[in-house]
Amino acid sequence: MIRADRIFGVVMVIVALGYILSAATIQTSFLSDPVGPRVFPYMVAAVVLISSLVMILRPDPDVEWPVGGMLLQMGLALIVLFGYAMLIQPLGFIIPTVIAAGILSWQINPRPVPAALAGLGLGIGLFVLFKFILGLGLQGLPRALMG
Amino acid sequence: MDIMANLAMGFGIALSPYTLFLALIGCFVGTIVGALPGLGPSNGVALLIPISFSMGLDAISALVLLTAVYYGAMYGGRISSILLNIPGDEPAMMTTLDGYPMAKQGFASDALVISGVASFVGAMVATIGVMFLSPVLATVAFKFGPAEYFALYMLAFCTLGGIGSNNQAKAALAAAIGLGISMIGLDKTTGMPRFTFGEMHLMDGIDFLVAIVGLFAVAEVFHFIETHGKDSSIGVKLGKITINWAKLWSTRWAMARGTGIGFVAGILPGAGASLGSFLAYMTEKSSAKDKSTFGKGNPCGVAAPEAGNNAAAGGALIPMLTLGVPGSGTTAVLLALLLTLNITPGPLLFTERPEVVWSLIASLMIANIMLLILNVPMVKVFVKILQVPSWILLPGVTMIAFVGIYSLTGSSFDLMLMVAFGVMGWLFRKLDIPTVPVILGILLGNAMEDNMRRAMVLSDGDWTYLFSSPIAIGLWIAAVVGFVAPMFLRGILKKPPQPVTDVGTPD
Repeated sequence: MIRADRIFGVVMVIVALGYILSAATIQTSFLSDPVGPRVFPYMVAAVVLISSLVMILRPDPDVEWPVGGMLLQMGLALIVLFGYAMLIQPLGFIIPTVIAAGILSWQINPRPVPAALAGLGLGIGLFVLFKFILGLGLQGLPRALMG
Repeated sequence: MDIMANLAMGFGIALSPYTLFLALIGCFVGTIVGALPGLGPSNGVALLIPISFSMGLDAISALVLLTAVYYGAMYGGRISSILLNIPGDEPAMMTTLDGYPMAKQGFASDALVISGVASFVGAMVATIGVMFLSPVLATVAFKFGPAEYFALYMLAFCTLGGIGSNNQAKAALAAAIGLGISMIGLDKTTGMPRFTFGEMHLMDGIDFLVAIVGLFAVAEVFHFIETHGKDSSIGVKLGKITINWAKLWSTRWAMARGTGIGFVAGILPGAGASLGSFLAYMTEKSSAKDKSTFGKGNPCGVAAPEAGNNAAAGGALIPMLTLGVPGSGTTAVLLALLLTLNITPGPLLFTERPEVVWSLIASLMIANIMLLILNVPMVKVFVKILQVPSWILLPGVTMIAFVGIYSLTGSSFDLMLMVAFGVMGWLFRKLDIPTVPVILGILLGNAMEDNMRRAMVLSDGDWTYLFSSPIAIGLWIAAVVGFVAPMFLRGILKKPPQPVTDVGTPD
């Protein structure tokens, strides 16, 4: 029977092998210490290999994984967070925060009006808190608008 | 006396109005962080490190603020345990066992008062313990060479993974993944890049704060959406807060025992507050004459675990300050704080920067008194805050996480990395792989490798050097025992089931 632990174990075995390959290409200088920069990564990769093999051979009972609509919801959250990470620099703090906080709020409680209000409130409230009370150097609005 | 003179110096710094103000803010925020389900002490401290750093606080101020948050979270966890039957954080799990039944019987106020006082006793005694034991351990730590430190790191990983998880292989995997991530960046000895794949952003390595906030706070977002995050609502009515002195006095021995057990559990690497409260509760239950009242609202069952978890939180500071090896997830985050502030914990900290250590101890004592006042007479304020609906709270916390990291690093790359760590945290939680060893690995990886390589320089490549001193051998044995023993103990030490929540039946 295929279990999530087995899949993860196989993935980690591949990652560990890649890690060893990458470690083998680390350049050593002739001034190096007796151990050099490769040995510790090799040891770490060995631990990953052994414990991944244990996971493949003796997997724990499976848990329930999100399917269908829930998977879509989580994918949406992921897209929102990645989008936020990319847009905060060009668009400033307020606009991306209103949108991201609003969508996340709607995902937890699917009523559009309170979610929109939560987004607006958090976007503006947190900006005031961080910029004016805590004194962090945040850009509020898009750079283009600020001139 | 030396300690008293040092303490006086510490109070001299800690009693300035500004520091007192920071401690009060920290206590308040910490109690909220602890009380809100899903936002534990590690989460709270991790979120606030980048923010306090970007605010330009100096080392002592930042340390006072964030350790007050740390202590505060330990107090706050009990509030939702008692009123909602949802532990506000992991160490508060045991408090639900008797706290929630007490609240259901109409003794919510008694339960909150007893647990508040128990928290105070545990934390205060532990802070005094830190004061007397840390300098002693610091002198022992002077005898540690690279081989001993390497063994000590092994001990920390082994016990943390062994005790804190359900599956040894997964704990080892988590630690190794953390260590592997810490290798990314330039190698300090040779100056050669490792695992950067030509990516400029990776040359400096991965900032541990990005990893911590991602693994703890962002992962919570995915977990929350997946579990449909039940709205937090007060399940039990809370009347006027009155102090029942007789009932409080009847729990004095439970508090004393809980404090002692918790403190010892806190000092042990890898054990931390959760184990402290667990052992305190189990001891109290097995030593009681009438075991059947436990789990049904016995005040001793509230006092012991709360004293235990707060004493453990204090005790855990000892190995963190003197050796630089954290005993738990939250102290790992505090270690991250020290490293961010450019303070290297270890024996030298006590001789070179005594003002940091002693003002920290002094402000912990002050914070404790503030917390007692905040958590007993003023507990209703926090009960109100618990009513903030999750659809405002969760987006808010997420945005705070982003702002913190963004204002610290100013890079979109780090924010995306943080989201990736968030996905990893969620996945690991699903697979029952602990994330604390990952954090510990990222934090300690470079120091661990460094000590190993220095040991090999000293011995000219002879690996037996790692096992050559009595201290090192002792640490290795403890590491093996700490990793292997929990496999056999797991069957014996079963956690008692949580009381059943039935919100709809008012008594």
